Order: sequence, then structure tokens, then C-alpha cells
Amino acid sequence: MITLTHYLVLSGIIFTIGVIGVMVRRSALVIFMCIELMLNSVNLTFIAFSRYLNSLDGQVFVFFVLSVAAAEVVVGLAIIILIFRNKATVNVDEINLMKW
Amino acid sequence: MLETVLFYFFAGAAIISALMLVMRKNPVTCAVSLIITFISFAGLYILLNAHFIAAIQILVYAGAIMVLFLFVIMLLDLKREEDFLSRLKAQKFFGIALAVILLAEVFAAISSINGMFLTRGIYSAENIAEAGGNTKVIGRLLFTDYLLPFEVTSILLIVAIIGAVFLGKKEN
Repeated sequence: MITLTHYLVLSGIIFTIGVIGVMVRRSALVIFMCIELMLNSVNLTFIAFSRYLNSLDGQVFVFFVLSVAAAEVVVGLAIIILIFRNKATVNVDEINLMKW
Repeated sequence: MLETVLFYFFAGAAIISALMLVMRKNPVTCAVSLIITFISFAGLYILLNAHFIAAIQILVYAGAIMVLFLFVIMLLDLKREEDFLSRLKAQKFFGIALAVILLAEVFAAISSINGMFLTRGIYSAENIAEAGGNTKVIGRLLFTDYLLPFEVTSILLIVAIIGAVFLGKKEN
């Protein structure tokens, strides 16, 4: 029998992997993907609670998280492309100036 | 029984591909393993009776967002990718240590849920099936109780489109 705790533990593990990715990786694109991973693990928590509490509010919230994630990806990738155009790198260690 | 097997299959696939995302050097490999993670999550959503969310998970995440990521990866000429365990040893050590502490905190929080204080809603699986299925009920909720957030979402998407067009414009 799969309980709510199983889903919460899985979601916590995936979130932690995403956090490790953000901390360890130095490519802005991969950091961005890890942020998407963290958003997804939170979505899993929402849906697991929605299932076990007999409420659909969690699923509606996941819908909103999805649309915010789509908007965030569009703007974030545009910013990454602009940074690459200016500095010819997406390594976050080398992007340390607000203006150059 | 089948639910248990499917849960462990999708959970294992999600964790392994998430680890691949963090460990592999090539950004295209990272993007493809992220797609595998998204698809396993869609499987878990179906196990949780969230059919509509599973469908838009595949359409929006695995489809639209990851195609955008792959486009950008191929557009940029990413030659210098770092090794997972090469530079900045101290930073990586502390990063992983902090993440493990976070995981311990999450587990402590999960183990303190006892289910007593949680109130149950009216949308049980039988009630949803009687009302016409998951997608129909979510659609009705979106256009009644959540109408204002739904409309604000459309404004947010327009703002994102305008922002992307503005940022992508060539400066003269």
C-alpha cells in the first residue's frame, strides 16, 4: 500500500537533488533545469495531498505553478541568451559583474 | 499490488534521472534526463488520479519547456562544461552538506504529520467519477472558484511574452 508518506519522501529526495544541482553545478542552464526539478517536486507534494485529502485545490495550484514556470522559463532563457551574447559564457563563476 | 510496483518503478526512474541531471557534464544529456524525470512524474500523477495534470505535465513540461531548453542549448556554443568534482571543492562539499541537512529537516517534518488535524474535502475518487471525471471537475473549479487567479495567469503569460520579445531584440 502506497501512503502519503511515500510520496512526501520521494518529493523531498527529488527536491534535495535539485538543491544539490543548484549549489554544485556552474552552468546557468543546468542550474535553471534544477530549479525546474524543484518546482516539479513541490507539484508532486501538492497532488499527493490533494489525493489523500479528497480536495482538488492542490491540482488547481499545480496548474498555476505550471503556468508560472512556463513564463519563468521564457524570460530566464532570454536573459541567459543575453548574458551569453555579452560575455560568451554561461558559467556563473565568470558572471560576477552587474555591468561591464 | 500493481500500484506499489508502478510507484517504485516511476520513483526509481525519477530519482535516477534526477541524479543524471546533476552529475552529467553534457547539457544535452542533462536536458534529456530531465525529460525522463518529467515523464516519470506524469506517471506518478496518473497513479494519484490527477489525469489532467499528467496530460499537461507531458504537453507543457516535457514538450514545450524542454524543447525551449534544447533550442537554447543548441543555440549557445557551450564548449567549456565543468567537471562534477573538479573545481571549488569546499563549495561543493558545503553545498551537498547543506542539502543533506535540508533533507533531514524535510524528513523530520514528514514524520511529524499525524493526519489528525487534516480535514477531508468532498472530492473523493467516487464523487469525481460521478461528476464527470477529473478534467471536467478541474475545469469547473477553474472557472468558478479560481476565476480571478486564472485571468491573472493569462496576464502573466502576456507579460512573459512581451518580456521575451523585448529581451530578444537586437540592440542598435
